[in-house]
Amino acid sequence: MSAPVVVFAVGNPSRGDDAIGPALAARLEAEDLAEVEVVVDFQLQVEHALDLDGRDLAIFVDAAVGVDPPYDLKQVRPSRDRSHTSHALSPAAVLETFERCTGKAAPPAWVLAVRGESFELGTELSAAARANLEAAWHILRALSAGPALGP
Amino acid sequence: MTEANSLETDRTPGLKRVVIETLSRVEGHGKVTLLLDEEGHVRQARLHIVEFRGFEKFIQGRPYWEVPVMVQRLCGICPVSHHLAASKAMDLVVGVDQLTPTAEKVRRLMHYGQILQSHALHFFHLSSPDLLFGFDSDVARRNIVGVAAAHPDLARRGVLLRKFGQEVIRVTAGKRIHGTGSVPGGVNRSVPPAERRTLREQCTQVIEWSREAVHLVKRLFEQNLEQYRDFATFPSHSLALVRADGAMDLYHGGLRALSAGGETLFDHADYCEYWERILEDVKPWSYMKFPFLRELGPEDGWYRVGPLTRVTGCDFIPSPLAEQERRDFLAFDNGSAARATLGFHWARMIEMLHAAEVIASLLADDDVCGDDLMAYGERRRRGVGVIEAPRGTLIHHYRVDEHDQVVRANLIVSTTHNNEAMNRAIRAVARRYLDGRTLTEGLLNHIEVAVRAFDPCLSCATHALGKMPLAVELADADGNVIDSLRRDGG
Repeated sequence: MSAPVVVFAVGNPSRGDDAIGPALAARLEAEDLAEVEVVVDFQLQVEHALDLDGRDLAIFVDAAVGVDPPYDLKQVRPSRDRSHTSHALSPAAVLETFERCTGKAAPPAWVLAVRGESFELGTELSAAARANLEAAWHILRALSAGPALGP
Repeated sequence: MTEANSLETDRTPGLKRVVIETLSRVEGHGKVTLLLDEEGHVRQARLHIVEFRGFEKFIQGRPYWEVPVMVQRLCGICPVSHHLAASKAMDLVVGVDQLTPTAEKVRRLMHYGQILQSHALHFFHLSSPDLLFGFDSDVARRNIVGVAAAHPDLARRGVLLRKFGQEVIRVTAGKRIHGTGSVPGGVNRSVPPAERRTLREQCTQVIEWSREAVHLVKRLFEQNLEQYRDFATFPSHSLALVRADGAMDLYHGGLRALSAGGETLFDHADYCEYWERILEDVKPWSYMKFPFLRELGPEDGWYRVGPLTRVTGCDFIPSPLAEQERRDFLAFDNGSAARATLGFHWARMIEMLHAAEVIASLLADDDVCGDDLMAYGERRRRGVGVIEAPRGTLIHHYRVDEHDQVVRANLIVSTTHNNEAMNRAIRAVARRYLDGRTLTEGLLNHIEVAVRAFDPCLSCATHALGKMPLAVELADADGNVIDSLRRDGG
């Protein structure tokens, strides 16, 4: 039986602020919430579509550039965007792949994009990223408590 | 964008620059610059890559036993290849020349799981859109979602094949990413019997789907022979590991290099002294090195690695279905597919089928559930590990001091081996399809199709949202932008 909420945390922990997603995932996993499954990976891939099966809610957490600090939270729907321009898929494309491959409707989904500044190899989270992460934690914790407690 | 100008080295008056900022559906960040003359003919084609710069430094000072886990952070696509290449190098550091049967078979299982999942991902979700819809088709359709809409069964198979490979990795490495299964001298886990049963139940289907994928590529060649045969095709030397008897072996072997004409340049060379055979050249306009065969020199000694060189360079594939497909591949149209750049796709699917067969064979072997996991020996100061990663030959070389710290590391990744070949592929395509005046989506995708055939990994797993736009600029010799295209990231 799948947990009703799946949280995808994306990023490479060795690359500065790219570690925002894994860091938030670690904090969420420490809460040991029965209704939440946390999936951590370097990047979203096609097989993550299969992790959506049987969920009531999906949350994608990733570092981001081009958003205002501390974070941007948006609902995301399945779509044929053009973001799968590398080996990685966007959250919208993962949702779309799920629908195409299973014939089922994708669960409601949110993208929590936390502002990052520096992505250099071997560097720690920047001070700005740490602050943004703290702000994002509260909304992630509330959101992952279940669909009824969505923002 | 002024960066394009700063990267160029050719200042010949009258040249214009076509800049392709980050290739789509290629890992990480890449940029292509095309230099045109006054008539709009392509003078130069260069692929600029932000590669594994700094990673060797990142490893220095770390204890050697941490390295097999750390290096997985090089790449989100083939972390297992780095995990195993580093493990093989560190086997030598801990004095182990021969693993226990269980350790070797569990590692091989992990590796062939990686080959299968990576090849499935590349073909079904990165390349099949180009091949199924055409190189000039609408970019909005030319992606996995487009494949899923037009060919839902195919897309679903791609997802499930990738998932199966990931499961093999999870079972052998402990986790889907950042696995810790392989350690210097052996492995720290074997395959739990229940997991083995579950995986075995899927093998027949996985082999069948893989075989059908081989036949799909063959049909694509048959349907458009001239394009597939000639697209970005050029002669080159090749390099790959082979087993002692000449068989394909993606986990271990000696180095074999063949000339463009198929003559043996060297065979069964000991990879622990790879520098006797391979040197690396540097060029001022690229972060990435240019390896070459030492005996031929930097100008003539460049070569290709990867599925095409492995399938065409081995004497046979030691699994029956893949061997039959290899023979058909070599015989097709008098061997034209085996020489074609797009032959990489066909060869990649033959390897995926081979990986599926090897996985089935290993899962049938009780040794994978054994409990003799570690071998031991006397400490050494140097280790070299080489493996055939999904994209080609991968070399890890470490020196470790008396305090167990890594003091030197050198990595030659598959994409680096293919550096010169990819530049040549781009030039071949640009000369054929660029009219010198207009930057079109079709042209960009033709270049991308050529580069994607090599399945390059261009960077190291930083994928923050919004970091990967595709920007294209056409600038004149003075840096004035006269045309531009941009594809936004997610």
